[in-house]
Amino acid sequence: MSRTPPATRPPAGPRQLHPGAWWLWALGMGAAATRTTNPAILLLLAATAGYVVAARRGDAPWSRSYGAFLRLGLVVLGIRLVFAVLLGSPIPGTHVLFTLPEVPLPAWAQGVRIGGRVTVEGLLSALYDGLRLAVLLVCVGAANSLASPARLLRALPGALYEAGVAVVVAMTFAPNLVADVRRLRAARRLRGRSDRGVAAVLSVGLPVLEGALERSVALAAAMDTRGFGRTADVPRRIAAATAGLTLAGLLGVCLAAYGLLSAGGAGWAPPVLLLGLAAAFAGLLLGNRRSVRSRYRPDPWAVPEWLTAASGAAVAALTVVLAGRDPAAFAPTVVPPTVPVLPLGAVLVVLLGLVPAFAAPTPPRRAS
Amino acid sequence: MITFEQVSVQYADAPAPALSGLDLTVPEGELCLLVGPSGSGKSTLLGTVSGLVPHFTGGVLRGRVTVAGRDTREHRPRELADVVGTVGQDPAAHFVTDTVEDELAYGMESLGLPGDVMRRRVEETLDLLGLADLRDRALTSLSGGQQQRVAIGSVLTVHPRVLVLDEPTSALDPGAAEEVLAVLQRLVHDLGTTVLMAEHRLERVVQYADQVLLLAPGEEPVLGEPAEVMAHSPVHPPVVGLGRLAGWRPLPLSVRDARRKAAPLRERLDGRAPAGTPATAQTATPTATADRLAVRRGPVPALRGVDLTLRPYEITALMGRNGAGKSTLLGSLVGLHAPASGSVRVGGRTPHRTRPAELIREVGLVPQDPRDLLYGESVAAECAAADADAGAAPGTCRALVERLLPGIADTAHPRDLSEGQRLTLALAVVLTARPPLLLLDEPTRGLDYAAKARLVGILRDLAAEGHAVLLATHDVELAAELAHRTVILAEGEIVADGPTAEVVVSSPAFAPQVAKVLAPGPWLTVGQVAEALRA
Repeated sequence: MSRTPPATRPPAGPRQLHPGAWWLWALGMGAAATRTTNPAILLLLAATAGYVVAARRGDAPWSRSYGAFLRLGLVVLGIRLVFAVLLGSPIPGTHVLFTLPEVPLPAWAQGVRIGGRVTVEGLLSALYDGLRLAVLLVCVGAANSLASPARLLRALPGALYEAGVAVVVAMTFAPNLVADVRRLRAARRLRGRSDRGVAAVLSVGLPVLEGALERSVALAAAMDTRGFGRTADVPRRIAAATAGLTLAGLLGVCLAAYGLLSAGGAGWAPPVLLLGLAAAFAGLLLGNRRSVRSRYRPDPWAVPEWLTAASGAAVAALTVVLAGRDPAAFAPTVVPPTVPVLPLGAVLVVLLGLVPAFAAPTPPRRAS
Repeated sequence: MITFEQVSVQYADAPAPALSGLDLTVPEGELCLLVGPSGSGKSTLLGTVSGLVPHFTGGVLRGRVTVAGRDTREHRPRELADVVGTVGQDPAAHFVTDTVEDELAYGMESLGLPGDVMRRRVEETLDLLGLADLRDRALTSLSGGQQQRVAIGSVLTVHPRVLVLDEPTSALDPGAAEEVLAVLQRLVHDLGTTVLMAEHRLERVVQYADQVLLLAPGEEPVLGEPAEVMAHSPVHPPVVGLGRLAGWRPLPLSVRDARRKAAPLRERLDGRAPAGTPATAQTATPTATADRLAVRRGPVPALRGVDLTLRPYEITALMGRNGAGKSTLLGSLVGLHAPASGSVRVGGRTPHRTRPAELIREVGLVPQDPRDLLYGESVAAECAAADADAGAAPGTCRALVERLLPGIADTAHPRDLSEGQRLTLALAVVLTARPPLLLLDEPTRGLDYAAKARLVGILRDLAAEGHAVLLATHDVELAAELAHRTVILAEGEIVADGPTAEVVVSSPAFAPQVAKVLAPGPWLTVGQVAEALRA
């Protein structure tokens, strides 16, 4: 008697965690970060995410993207601070650090200021704000290095697959572009031109775009010859129903969004939103019939996945609850400047985010 | 398996059809090799089989191409995906996913095969292509030969009945090319797959072919037994050239066949020696020197203690596996990489500390893809820019282009030129500054035999004028033809350095075909043998 092997990968032994679990966890951490401006809590969140990445990332090239996201976060923080110094800040403050010469602006530019007083309050507020954004980026970076977006794509429902491919191709485009710019800048040296400065980067723009275009056409051809976009024959009625449901659903969602944002829509908008979402979801399910794709060895969703996703959700939910009870601790005042406190409850909640560092299986390592 | 009925293809803005009057049948289970000069329509023909022509490239297809009974005009490439597998020259452009195992499964997922079937076929394919140890590796971390094997594997898993390959070994070193060809032969012999392959490097593939299809612009396509077609093909590998010279019938296609027939020729040549290459001026001051040069690329040591001296009038071939450090060595000589230790001097300067405008008077590099060097909108603009960069008199570069390869139109866009023309233009741009040292990275990739012969002539002339030339190449026949001296790199170290005849004859991977046939004689090229016989 022949036995059909299980389709999913075995849940035991070293394996990759389901990418969805990693992204849910990271989104939870990120959501928690958006609920607070307390730098101590934000740094603790970043440290927690960093520890999990260090403990559970694989050794594939995309696993090294965490460092890039960390640097990106620092850059964002830096830009936020520079703007706060140069353009001033709407936060009223009394502790003046130093005063920059102010550029006189015409009357129509009232409300805009360049230069002028730089206050401790303004800088602190910019720092907290920038830090929040940076920590959010670090959380995305953590998810990116723990589970590549391409693996997440494999877990998408069939009807969304083609849209997902477009996103992933766009994402792999950026590293390729950077490599191209580097190569062409080096080639400028060979022509006896300087390879430094903005002009060097700009002058290679056109060749880089040409190269990128050629590469995407080649990839499209390769994907087509490998059967990308094959569709199953579905009865005409079902195809029409799919299109109708999806369109109606999207229209409903748009209408509801308008209603929610404008005054007076509060009554009818929520039911329309629900109806729209239901129609769109039904369209998606019907759309799956058109897709003939099957999935090779999908990742299992077992206990470690539940724990990882739950830890992210718990961090997000408990932070929201705590922030509601104790707004002073989660959003320390900057006018007047106060030393942020680190409440014990918040520490315990953020540390819940460490669960995957122990619950997730170790990824298989190989010398590559 | 594949039939062409009165097939012709005309692209919109081309003056002549890319293919015309093709009428033939490729039977099941054969390895059919497509040969012909650049521009004879090889890629177009392959495209008509996979459906990319005309669905993807545009143009007008007349006549009928059927693959396993399906008309490719009525079926889009994706609807042919289960019968035709297509692999191009650059495997990296073919990859959709990011690990080996996922890439092998991708095609099957698109076709919607059930999970257990996919699982079994992935395992079989990993074994068939010797990829089992690499199954979890990221595709970008693989070597060129491994990538090409994964690309072939990724189309094999759907069990296509036809495999279409466009120059599968062009970018590979000799060892990796043999890996790939061994796999193809196994497919044809064991699985009965029909293989249709275009390849410029005939010396690597012609002995595996069951049929050869010869395409030449303006002539009727010829399909026949390899030996018959090779007897009067304008493009042919050196072993065939030797066979034609010695009048062997039937023509040998492999080194083994040729050696069996070569005993009388070896006797005739006994006691003679090839006309010596012009003695190089050993006393001349070196153009460039590398002294215990070590270079790191990221965490990887790419060069470890390389000692190399390059002299005027001398052509040096730099050979070695993909990733052995050849490109890094060339890059160090033009200052693209700073040494981690040791030193490199070119014309008395340290390249990475010299201003580019001064360095181009000392050394010029034609990169692997000559397009990297060309930004102009037209050949004329490119030449004017090169004159300005080099501070040369206006018209210098244009005159060089005219001398190296007459007949390139002023108004042509550099991207529209053929591979050979583009290489020549890049060479002229580099030579405009009159550098004493000329470096070329893999110059024969994509060149047909005629363009290669022209390049050999150009480089010989340049060396005779006193240039020092260093070329990194996988092409053993080119090195044998051209280089006075050969340097072999492995793992960032020089493992052999000496006159070409001494270095390559003793190496199984880097010996040219003529050397293998006439070993232990010192012969490297058909030209040398012909000259000795005439004398």
